[in-house]
Amino acid sequence: MSTWTVVLLASGLAYATKLAGHLVPESWVEGPRRSRVLTLLPVALLSGLVAIQTFGGSGGSLHVDARLAAVGAAVVLLLLRANFLVVVIGAAVVAGVLRAMGWG
Amino acid sequence: MTSGAADAEGEQAAAGGHTAYAPLEHHTRRAVVRQSLSIGLATGAYGISFGALGVASGLSILQTMALSVLLFSGGSQFALVGILGAGGTGSAAVATSTLLGVRNGLYALQTSRILDVRGLRRLWAAHLTIDESTAVAVGREDRRAGRLGFFVTGVAVFVCWNLMTLLGAVVGNALGDPQRWGLDAAAAAAFTALLWPRLRSRDAAATMVLAVAIALLTSPVLPVGVPVILTVVAAVVVGLSGGGRHERRAEVDES
Repeated sequence: MSTWTVVLLASGLAYATKLAGHLVPESWVEGPRRSRVLTLLPVALLSGLVAIQTFGGSGGSLHVDARLAAVGAAVVLLLLRANFLVVVIGAAVVAGVLRAMGWG
Repeated sequence: MTSGAADAEGEQAAAGGHTAYAPLEHHTRRAVVRQSLSIGLATGAYGISFGALGVASGLSILQTMALSVLLFSGGSQFALVGILGAGGTGSAAVATSTLLGVRNGLYALQTSRILDVRGLRRLWAAHLTIDESTAVAVGREDRRAGRLGFFVTGVAVFVCWNLMTLLGAVVGNALGDPQRWGLDAAAAAAFTALLWPRLRSRDAAATMVLAVAIALLTSPVLPVGVPVILTVVAAVVVGLSGGGRHERRAEVDES
């Protein structure tokens, strides 16, 4: 798949999902179990993404490096109620500084 | 622009004597618009990190922009470029992006009742259905205020998000080596920040632990991108088991 195909296909599917919500009857997703699974879906995917972006290396191997320190800094900033941009920039600075010092 | 259109519609309906569509009081309107614009600016600002990560992941500036204009859902966009940047396949990137976007479809179920729009405006409303616009729409008791808030927030986020994506992409392109600036770590931090507000319940915490375990254990043996898709299992297992027992017990208690 070319990058453009990925970009356009994902965009089309994202829009179709949004539009479907405007068109289908609500009864389709009623029921406590179904709605609980759907609520937990982004939690699961984002957790997986945090894990892979923090530890993942080439070919799926796992590494501990500056990224783990950066995510630690992000968690501290989130506990301090910093906003999104501060969290992201803070984490990047921590990783950048550690690497400049020759670690990770 | 869109808020003006909502106005005209409100006035038309009011002329027809339908009280539900009477124009909003001036101070309510101002409060809604102010809230919506501040959310738009705050959310749009982190488009700059998406723009920078997009080009750091190997996308062109135009491709990064296309995602912000056409896909327009932060979590899915970060996921897509994150997986492509890590060397995942296109299909894994599309699948993860789409699964993360399922929540927008659920928001749309709620907002479509508040908005009650038809035709072309419905197509545009669908595109604007994201975390922030939904939060403002459902957070207002008055339906007209919710509708105004939805469109003003949606348009404000859309405009700011896209301008900041462009800025981030241009700057990111000029920075060069993403690792040197910690941009790969910024992606992990971005996902952490997106996850953070969703971790309020015990079920959510259990899902997170299980999902992290699934992703890390399968990462060495599966193609890049697939472990993240597999974490769906965590949502299904926790969603179908844990909370269910609590709820059944609660029902028994009530009866």
